[in-house]
Amino acid sequence: MPVLTEPRLAFIVANAPTDIPEDPLMRMQADLARALKKPLEQRRWVMVIDLRKCVGCSSCTIACVAENKLPPGVVYRPVLEDEIGTYPNVTRRFVPRPCMQCDNPPCVPVCPVSATYKRADGIVVIDYDVCIGCRYCIAACPYSARSFDNGRYYTSGTPQWQAYEKLPNFEYGESWDRSKGDSPVGNARKCQFCTHRLDAGMLPACVTTCIGRATYFGDANDSQALVSHLIGSPNVTRLKEEMGTEPKVYYLV
Amino acid sequence: MKIFEKLLWLVAIIGFVVGAYGLYDRIANGHINVSYGSYIPWGLWVGAYIYLVGVSAGAFLISTLVYAFGVKKLEKIGKLALFTAIIALGVSLFSIWLDLGHPERALELVLRTNFRSMMGWMIWLYSAYFVLLVVELWFALRADFVAWSARPGFVGSLARILTFGRRDVSAGAVARDKSLLRVLGSLGVPLAIAFHGGVGALFGVVGARPYWNTGLTPIMFLIGALLSGGALLTFVVLVFGPNQGSAEHRDTVVFLGQIVLGLLLLDVLLEWAEYSIGLYSAIPADVASMQLVLFGPFAWVFWGVHVGLGVVVPALVLIFRGKSPVWAGGAGLLIAITFLSVRLNIVIPGLAVPELQGLANAFTGPGLTFDYFPTLTEWLMQIWIVSTGLLAFLIGYRILPIVTPERAGAAEA
Repeated sequence: MPVLTEPRLAFIVANAPTDIPEDPLMRMQADLARALKKPLEQRRWVMVIDLRKCVGCSSCTIACVAENKLPPGVVYRPVLEDEIGTYPNVTRRFVPRPCMQCDNPPCVPVCPVSATYKRADGIVVIDYDVCIGCRYCIAACPYSARSFDNGRYYTSGTPQWQAYEKLPNFEYGESWDRSKGDSPVGNARKCQFCTHRLDAGMLPACVTTCIGRATYFGDANDSQALVSHLIGSPNVTRLKEEMGTEPKVYYLV
Repeated sequence: MKIFEKLLWLVAIIGFVVGAYGLYDRIANGHINVSYGSYIPWGLWVGAYIYLVGVSAGAFLISTLVYAFGVKKLEKIGKLALFTAIIALGVSLFSIWLDLGHPERALELVLRTNFRSMMGWMIWLYSAYFVLLVVELWFALRADFVAWSARPGFVGSLARILTFGRRDVSAGAVARDKSLLRVLGSLGVPLAIAFHGGVGALFGVVGARPYWNTGLTPIMFLIGALLSGGALLTFVVLVFGPNQGSAEHRDTVVFLGQIVLGLLLLDVLLEWAEYSIGLYSAIPADVASMQLVLFGPFAWVFWGVHVGLGVVVPALVLIFRGKSPVWAGGAGLLIAITFLSVRLNIVIPGLAVPELQGLANAFTGPGLTFDYFPTLTEWLMQIWIVSTGLLAFLIGYRILPIVTPERAGAAEA
């Protein structure tokens, strides 16, 4: 087994390729830091998902479930699978579906108590302390991007109710303890672009975890941001454009 | 019709006892043992709510024929119609209250109403409607309360309290009551149209659900309300109406039966319009819901329960046996009960079509499915709520002067 001696290391460094493109995560991290220096209302968060790169591994779904400690029946970012063509000319397409964070969100006007609203930076959020759980917003979302938290647990019916399931989650930067049946149990829940992570200078969990670097995130008001370049491509599209919802999640096809 | 009344007591008590388990499960375990969830967020309780609130609006609008429009043929059943409307409203609101994820926050609806939401409007329109119903019923009953005050025991004391000290039953006072009732009834017509049309609009405005998203939706809600409310009232009048066995009683039931037949045919026409236009234009999302209704796993609900038992049988009965009050009342009951299927066929098929291709299998779990059938808990709690309403009706019928045959002559004067 070769030992990594001083001269060997020097050789590797000297011969390392110099044209490796920068990891998009590093670039987006820098984009994020720049955006966070601006006031909230000057940021316009968008997500770009490159369907040509998505391999359908569902890591983003799982990262999201772990990050937000989602219970059974609640999912913020499923990956839809679609089969295209007929054998032998057949392929599969994978479409991750977070909340579209619409500019015209159909879920917002229907809320009878204004518990859900669009923040100044465009993220559609839910005030868990106000939501009465009528589920009108779930019915009104054209993307099925909202879930209802029925109060279930994955392991509550098993011999050992796992302690990690009773840990609080930190959506919206607060500590939410479901274990006593309090909010967000009985609430509508949705993807919020991991606002709690953004506030801490971190990219959303789905972005960080994507093994194919197929998910991009950043401030579209920053012309130097990676996402700004991507959404200017001719192959960009959005889901159900005809609804007039103006989603802030873009797909590259 | 004493036998029917006894039967209803039996049904109500059994439903109250058996259904209590559903209420217990809802309170103890929240929304765990239910079939609705993230993809089909509304189920039986929402369907029952729009059905029952429609019954209330329908019964109330029939009462306005008496108080606002002075239809003499129905004069004796105005109070019964109002009382039916109040009970149905209470039952429907209780259903939707327990359907909420956070019933304890219901007051937020008043404290921070969003008037851009149809549901925000609902809370105010319902409150106004409830107040109007109570005030109107009180004025309709005031003279009877005074008359019953002389009775011994609990019923007499209750009547005395409920007069609230206003014991003037001179011809002038009664006439004042009557004109006030006319004002209240007239105010009630636009209010009832607004709130139940509003329930329809609550569905109609949802652009994401093409099956609901038509201008016909609020209109169908209103006609359906008149039909189901009128049909139930026909049965209620048959069983509880004043002067049982008299020609007057028979005429009233038969007259109501004829109104119901007309409404039934109008409702069928609207349904035809909705389905024929939708199916012909073949917009996939719209057609998908209709195909679920017509040919899906629950097609029997549409063809058997609605078309068969809710339209064809009662229509034939009302056409060929409509002159018999028992047949007319029975047809009314059949229409009223089966109308729940119409409301469920609005709520669930609108939601049971995946909005995005591949969603059904993308991530699964309880509530992340497009199959819906109410669980035992859902059925039992609904049975408990309706049984409680039925008990309230039966008790009210006994202790309040809702039906007062002995004053039949006095009311004419």
